[in-house]
Amino acid sequence: MQQVDNIKPCYPLFRDDDYKESLGNKKEQFEESHPADKIQETFIWTTTAEYRDLNFKREALTVNPAKACQPLGAVLCALGFEKTLPYVHGSQGCVAYFRTYFNRHFKEPISCVSDSMTEDAAVFGGQKNMIDGLENARALYKPDMIAVSTTCMAEVIGDDLNAFILNTKKAGNIPNEFPTPYAHTPSFVGSHVTGWDNMFEGVMRYFTLNTMEGKAPGQNGKINIVPGFETYLGNYRVMHRMLDEMGVAHTMLSDPTEVLDTPADGQFRMYAGGTTQDEVKDAPNATNTFLLQPLQLDKTRKYVEGTWHHEVPKLNIPMGLEWTDEWLMKVSEVTGKAIPASLVKERGRLVDMITDSHTWLHGKKFGLYGDPDFVMGMAKFLTELGAEPTHILCNNGSKKWNKAMRAVMDETPYGKDAKLYPGADLWHFRSLMFTEKPDFMIGNSYGKFIQRDTLHKGPEFEVPLIRIGFPIFDRHHLHRATTLGYEGAMQMLTTLVNAVLEKLDEDTRGMGTTDYNYDLVR
Amino acid sequence: MSALTREETEALIQEVLEVYPEKARKDREKHLAVNDQSIEQSKKCITSNRKSLPGVMTVRGCAYAGSKGVVWGPIKDMIHISHGPVGCGQYSRAGRRNYYVGTTGINTFGTMNFTSDFQEKDIVFGGDKKLAKLITEIELLFPLNKGISVQSECPIGLIGDDIEAVSKKAAKEIDKPVVPVRCEGFRGVSQSLGHHIANDAIRDWVLPRRDTQEFAGTPYDVAVIGDYNIGGDAWSSRILLEEMGLRVIAQWSGDGTIAEMEMTPNAKLNLIHCYRSMNYIARHMEEKYSIPWMEYNFFGPTKVAESLRAIAAHFDDKIKEGAERVIAKYQAMMDEIIAKYKPRLQGKRVMLYVGGLRPRHVIGAYEDLGMEVVGTGYEFGHNDDYDRTIKDMGNATLIYDDVTGFEFEEFVKRVKPDLIGSGIKEKYIFQKMGVPFRQMHSWDYSGPYHGYDGFAIFARDMDMTINNPCWGKMIAPWLKPAEAETLKAAA
Repeated sequence: MQQVDNIKPCYPLFRDDDYKESLGNKKEQFEESHPADKIQETFIWTTTAEYRDLNFKREALTVNPAKACQPLGAVLCALGFEKTLPYVHGSQGCVAYFRTYFNRHFKEPISCVSDSMTEDAAVFGGQKNMIDGLENARALYKPDMIAVSTTCMAEVIGDDLNAFILNTKKAGNIPNEFPTPYAHTPSFVGSHVTGWDNMFEGVMRYFTLNTMEGKAPGQNGKINIVPGFETYLGNYRVMHRMLDEMGVAHTMLSDPTEVLDTPADGQFRMYAGGTTQDEVKDAPNATNTFLLQPLQLDKTRKYVEGTWHHEVPKLNIPMGLEWTDEWLMKVSEVTGKAIPASLVKERGRLVDMITDSHTWLHGKKFGLYGDPDFVMGMAKFLTELGAEPTHILCNNGSKKWNKAMRAVMDETPYGKDAKLYPGADLWHFRSLMFTEKPDFMIGNSYGKFIQRDTLHKGPEFEVPLIRIGFPIFDRHHLHRATTLGYEGAMQMLTTLVNAVLEKLDEDTRGMGTTDYNYDLVR
Repeated sequence: MSALTREETEALIQEVLEVYPEKARKDREKHLAVNDQSIEQSKKCITSNRKSLPGVMTVRGCAYAGSKGVVWGPIKDMIHISHGPVGCGQYSRAGRRNYYVGTTGINTFGTMNFTSDFQEKDIVFGGDKKLAKLITEIELLFPLNKGISVQSECPIGLIGDDIEAVSKKAAKEIDKPVVPVRCEGFRGVSQSLGHHIANDAIRDWVLPRRDTQEFAGTPYDVAVIGDYNIGGDAWSSRILLEEMGLRVIAQWSGDGTIAEMEMTPNAKLNLIHCYRSMNYIARHMEEKYSIPWMEYNFFGPTKVAESLRAIAAHFDDKIKEGAERVIAKYQAMMDEIIAKYKPRLQGKRVMLYVGGLRPRHVIGAYEDLGMEVVGTGYEFGHNDDYDRTIKDMGNATLIYDDVTGFEFEEFVKRVKPDLIGSGIKEKYIFQKMGVPFRQMHSWDYSGPYHGYDGFAIFARDMDMTINNPCWGKMIAPWLKPAEAETLKAAA
C-alpha cells in the first residue's frame, strides 16, 4: 500500500510483495504460460549463430523495422517553410501518428491536418475531401502555404493531387494564387527520407518550374543548402553559423529550427521562421545547391540539375573531420570565399579533442543503424577516431548505399572489416549483437530493447546503446544537439568517449575486486 | 477567474465558430454544447461519432489504431502483424505503455513491431502470399507465440486481399489461432469502429474456442474488461478485487493472454472499465453466455468505494463484507493523501479532452481533491458516452466533441483553466501558453492511476504539475506585463 510520504509510481510499486503475489497468481492460474525453463531455453537459442542464420533467411517478415513511411518525411519538409501548414490527403489516423511521433521526439507542438478520407472516399475518390479540407484549413489556421502529401489510401485508389487541387481552386474554395505545392508520397515506396525528398521537389517545382525565365545560376550570389530529412536542430544552426563565418550568403531550403524550438512565454506559435516563398523563388539564381544528405535526395538532385542547371557538388554528408573539411573547401571553391581563421581554429579544437580522447576510442567496436547518410557519416567519423564500425545496418538503404558505403569503409583499415546490412531490420541487428558482439551500438531509442536483451543473457553480453539518430523518445532534448560540422563531431566525440568511460566505471567499481582500475583520472 | 455563465459559454461557442466557412460552421455547431444537467438524453444537445471535417486538425486516429493500438496490441502472448506498409506499425510501436510481464521476443511480444512492410509489388500483385509466408516465418523464429492476429492497414481492403482465407489455412497449419481483423484505417470515423471490429473478431475467432471445454470455476469469478494496464492500471485494480474475495480469471487486454480471453465466458460477472471500446463484447457475452456485466470506475476513492460496493452487490455477503474490508483498509491512507494534497489543489479548474472513458471517469478523482472539471469532451465518443457525462458535469460547463485544434485553443484562452488533461498532440501547445498540463492517455509516463494506490500517484502528479515553479517563469523579469503584451502583439 502507498504511504503518503513515499508515493511510489509503477516502478517500484509493482515490486512490492503484494503485487508480486497478485501477478504471480495471475501467471500461474490463468495465463497458461510456457514453463520458465522452456522460455529460457528458447531465449538462449535466439542468441545463437544457428538462430541468426535462420533469422537472416526471412523473406516476407519484418520485425522491428528501422524506418518509417514517406508522408512522415513530407510533413517535416513542409514544416521548414514559412507559415506553411502540412496537409496530408488520405486517412486521418496517419496524421495523428505523424504528429505524435514528432511530438515525442521534439517535445514540441506539430501542426498538421488531414482531409479525413473514409469509406465513401475510398469508393468515389477524395476530391470532395480536398475541396472542403483546403478551404477549412486555410480559414482556421491562416497559413501562407499548404503543402499537400498523401497517405497510402489515397495512393492505392489513385487520387490525382494536381487535378484535385486545381478543381478546389476552380470551385473557388481557395484562391487561385494561394500556394499549394504537392507531392505523392506512397508509403509502400521507400521510407520517410524518400517522402522528404518528394515533398521538397514538390515545393521547388511549384515555385520555380514555370518561372525559370530570367533566372540563371549565380545571379543572387548565394548558395542553397538542402538538409534532407534532418531532425537535429543543431545541424541547421551549425550550417548557418559556418557559412556566416565564411561570409557566404546562403539559403537553407526547408528550415524548421524555429517552429520546432519555440519559447514557452505564454504564447503558442503555430508558425515560426522557415524558408520564405521569395527565397524559394530565388533559389534557382544561387551559384549552386549543396545537398547535405546526398544519398537521400535523388529526386531533388535531378530537379536542381535539370531545371535550375546547378552542377550539384559531389560531396558526402558533412559529418566528422574529413568530410567537413571537404565540404568547406568545396563551398570555398564555389563561392570564392576563404575558410576563415575561426573555422580553422574550430577544426583545430576538434583535432585537439580527438588527440585527447583517441586512447579510449581506438579499436573500440561499434554496431550502428539508421538512415543512409547518417550511418555513412557516423561510420566514417568512427574510423577517423581509430574506432571500428563492425556492423552497419540501414533498413532503408539501397544497393547504391551499399556500394557507396563499402567504398568508404574499404579506404581505411578501421573500416575494412565492417559488414553492411542494407534492407535489414532491428531483429536482424539483435542477432548480430549476440553473435558478433561489438562494444557499443549507436542508434535511435528502439535499440534500448536490444540492450535489455543482451543484458538478460548476462552482464558480459550487454551491448550498451549510444543514442544518436531518430527517433529519440526516451532521453530529453537530444534533438537540439549537433552532429554535422566540426561542432557536431565535437559533440559526438564527447558522447562516444564518455559512454566508453561510463561503461568502464560500471565494470570497475566492484569494491575490492575490480576497483583497482576505478580511476579518478581517465 | 470566476466560472462562465450559461450565456457567456454560449456566446463563447458562437464566437469561436465565427471563423469557420459556413458549411463547416453548421457541422461543428452540433458538436459543441453548454452542459445542462436537466437534459436526459445527450442527443438533444450534442452530436457525436460523425465524420471529422476535412482540414480542421482533429486529433482522432483510425480503426487500425483502435484495433491494433488499443484492443489487440496488448494481448501479450500473441503476435500482431501490422499488415500493409511500414508506417502504422512503427508509429504505434510501444507508445501506449500497456504494461505486461514476460520475456519479450520469446513468449511475449507487446513492445515489438511485426509488419509485412508492403512494397509496390505487394500492392500490385496482392499481399496474400506474403502474409502466408510470413506466418510460417513467425512460427519458425517465435515458436512460443500463442497465436497471431492480422491487423489490416488501409491498402488491404482496397486491393481485395483475402486475409480470412489465408488466416484459416495458416491456423490449421500452425495449429494456433490466426485472427484476421478488418481494421483498415479508412473504416469508420475514428478509433471507435476499430474497437468494434476488434471486438467482433474476438467474438468470432477467439471466444468459441473453449465453448465445450470444462472449467474449474468458483462463484466468485470475474473478468476485468477494458483496462489496458497503462502504467499498470489493471494491476492496481485487480489487487482490490482479489482482496475483496473475487477471482479475476481474465484481464482484457492490458497484460492479457489469449488463454484468459478464451476463459472469459466462464466468468460470473464481466466488469467493464472502458465502456466505449469493450461494451460490444460484454453485450455479446451477456447474450450468448448469459454473463451479466456492469461498468465501474476506479478513479479516486469516492468512485472506487462506490464501484467496489456495486460490484459486491452482485455477490454474497462474504464479498460484500470483503468490499467493506477493502474500503476500510485503504481509508486512512486515502485520508492522508487528501489531507496533504487537497489544500494545494482546492478550487483549481480543469479542462479535459481525452478518449474512451476518461472524459467522465476522472471527474470524481479531481473532485476528491477539491478540483472542478469545467470542460470536457471525447475524441471518439458516442451519444451513450455523453449520456453518462451530462450528470457528472456542472451546469453551464463546456462540452466539446471531436474538438478541433483551433477550438480547443480558443476555449482555453477564454476559460483559463488551471490544468488541462489531454494528449501529447495538445501538450506542448498549452505548456507554451503557460497552462499546466498532464497527459491523460499515457499518464505522462507515470501511473497507475486506477485504484487506491493509483489515486495516490494521481494526486501527487496533479500537484507536481499545477504547483511546479516553472509556470511563473514565462515572462522575463525585465519585461513588464505591458511590454510583454506589446511583444506578443508584434510576434
